[in-house]
Amino acid sequence: MESTIVSTKGFNAYFGTNHVVKDVNIDIPQNNVVAVMGPSGCGKTTFLRCINRMHELIPGATANGTIMLHNENVYDMHPIFVRLKIGMVFQRPNPFPNLSIYDNVIAGYKLNGIKLPKEEKDRIVEHSLTKSALWNEVKDALHKKGNFLSGGQQQRLCIARAIAMEPEVLLLDEPTSALDPISTSSIEALLHDLKKNYTLIIVTHNMQQAARVSDRTAFFYLGELVEYDDTKKMFTNPKDTRTQNYITGRFS
Amino acid sequence: MNAHIKYRIGKSRGFQALTIVLACACVVPLIAILAYIFKEGITKINWHFFTNVPKPVGEPGGGIANALLGSVIVISVASLIAIPVGILCGIYLSENKTTKLAYWCGLCVDVLQGVPSIVIGIIAYFWLVKPFGSFSALSGSIALSIMMLPIVIRSTEETLKLLPDSLKEAAFALGMPFHRVILKVIVPCGISGILSGVMLSVARIAGETAPLLFTAFGNPYLSVSITKPMQTLPLLIFNYATSPYNDWHDLAWGASLVLLAWVLLLNIITKITTRKWKVQL
Ligand SMILES: Nc1ncnc2c1ncn2[C@@H]1O[C@H](COP(=O)(O)OP(=O)(O)OP(=O)(O)O)[C@@H](O)[C@H]1O
Ligand SMILES: [Mg+2]
Repeated sequence: MESTIVSTKGFNAYFGTNHVVKDVNIDIPQNNVVAVMGPSGCGKTTFLRCINRMHELIPGATANGTIMLHNENVYDMHPIFVRLKIGMVFQRPNPFPNLSIYDNVIAGYKLNGIKLPKEEKDRIVEHSLTKSALWNEVKDALHKKGNFLSGGQQQRLCIARAIAMEPEVLLLDEPTSALDPISTSSIEALLHDLKKNYTLIIVTHNMQQAARVSDRTAFFYLGELVEYDDTKKMFTNPKDTRTQNYITGRFS
Repeated sequence: MNAHIKYRIGKSRGFQALTIVLACACVVPLIAILAYIFKEGITKINWHFFTNVPKPVGEPGGGIANALLGSVIVISVASLIAIPVGILCGIYLSENKTTKLAYWCGLCVDVLQGVPSIVIGIIAYFWLVKPFGSFSALSGSIALSIMMLPIVIRSTEETLKLLPDSLKEAAFALGMPFHRVILKVIVPCGISGILSGVMLSVARIAGETAPLLFTAFGNPYLSVSITKPMQTLPLLIFNYATSPYNDWHDLAWGASLVLLAWVLLLNIITKITTRKWKVQL
């Protein structure tokens, strides 16, 4: 059995008085892909943003309970360390419009004021862009602005930016929801590849996608974690009727 | 029915014509003023005009070198004070939309924008000139910087508020501390808007006379000391245009044209730089 890298206990998140994540207990095994599914508004994004402490940046947003990264509660760590160890890719691509593709990839170093020798930077940029399956498309335009890329390329640039920091865990919030099937499949292939070095938690509405890329699936409903199991088991033999209804499309 | 539609089309045409006529009516006085100042000013301007200080009454010639240099110094010092303070305050307001301090700060900025410049001049006189016992360019700069502040603050705030939150989140998610998110991401992305606010505020104060009357005061000689009285273009125009001497009137016309050209140039530079520095979101 693999070791657990992230585990939450009795975790709750709120927007003001709106209780959106309710008493979630989940163990994420290392080097796995975990898919988070559930109807719109059930708190998937919120839960994901709690893991790297982005949730608390929203005014009025609060959370309690514990989220352990290895043996340390992320809520006892400084948020900056948490975010360096747990990277994030957002639902909508958000490259830095003022930076070139090259600088976007090393933004985590450059903008944090971490000086690297040129060869090291070149290596990181090539490595990260290769990993995110973008290198061949942009290698001749590295010093052009990143926001002239297509949506799918921008999203892969954002993935490159996240993996350039070599986080231990990568959170992906519907990374392919705005992409065409070709970009989607190249990102899915990428997730498969990234699994060797990282632990991935991916929010998706697409059941085929979850089935294709994930090892385990968590099903959220109205803020609760209803079911969490092997993806195969979950899709073939769900225990909870709410999961069953969702999978068979009885509610959206 | 047909007649009715024709009537409506006619009404619409009439309305269009009215907007055009009124638009022209606005432009006419503007053009007239520009043309008149140009006509009066251009004949007085030559190389000599820029390199000499005014001559005493009765001697022909003389120039505005002292006022030109004085304006540059007074405005530069005012900018040095107002730009950093204004930008930081604008950042605070855009980042903290709901705090009490932001509310009061915003209110003060609005009120400050409405304070007549002569009042700011008087305040500067009582708080700076009197205690230090002498008119000074510095007190004038401080008075002008107070006039610049609301423009810089508001334009910074409005620019930064328009930037999408996703940009800030991208930066935070990479583990950046707040000050770096602001300085390395937010400000660079909004630089064109901030810059245009700064330039417009400089253009705005370039022609201010009232705050300088009891502060920089004016000086017929060339002076570069900011603790001494200093001549500036608007002061020179005010003092010389209200004098009874024709030579001095000429000087004032020439200076008016220079001032006008300066403000116009600043506006053009603003347009060009903001377009060039614009970050495509
Ligand atoms: N910034 C916010 N301020 C206040 N409430 C919010 C905010 N963002 C989300 N919520 C509320 O929290 C609940 C959960 O939202 P969340 O974005 O986590 O859902 P989700 O599962 O990601 O949905 P989707 O699949 O549509 O992305 C929703 O009911 C929403 O109204
Ligand atoms: Mg979501």
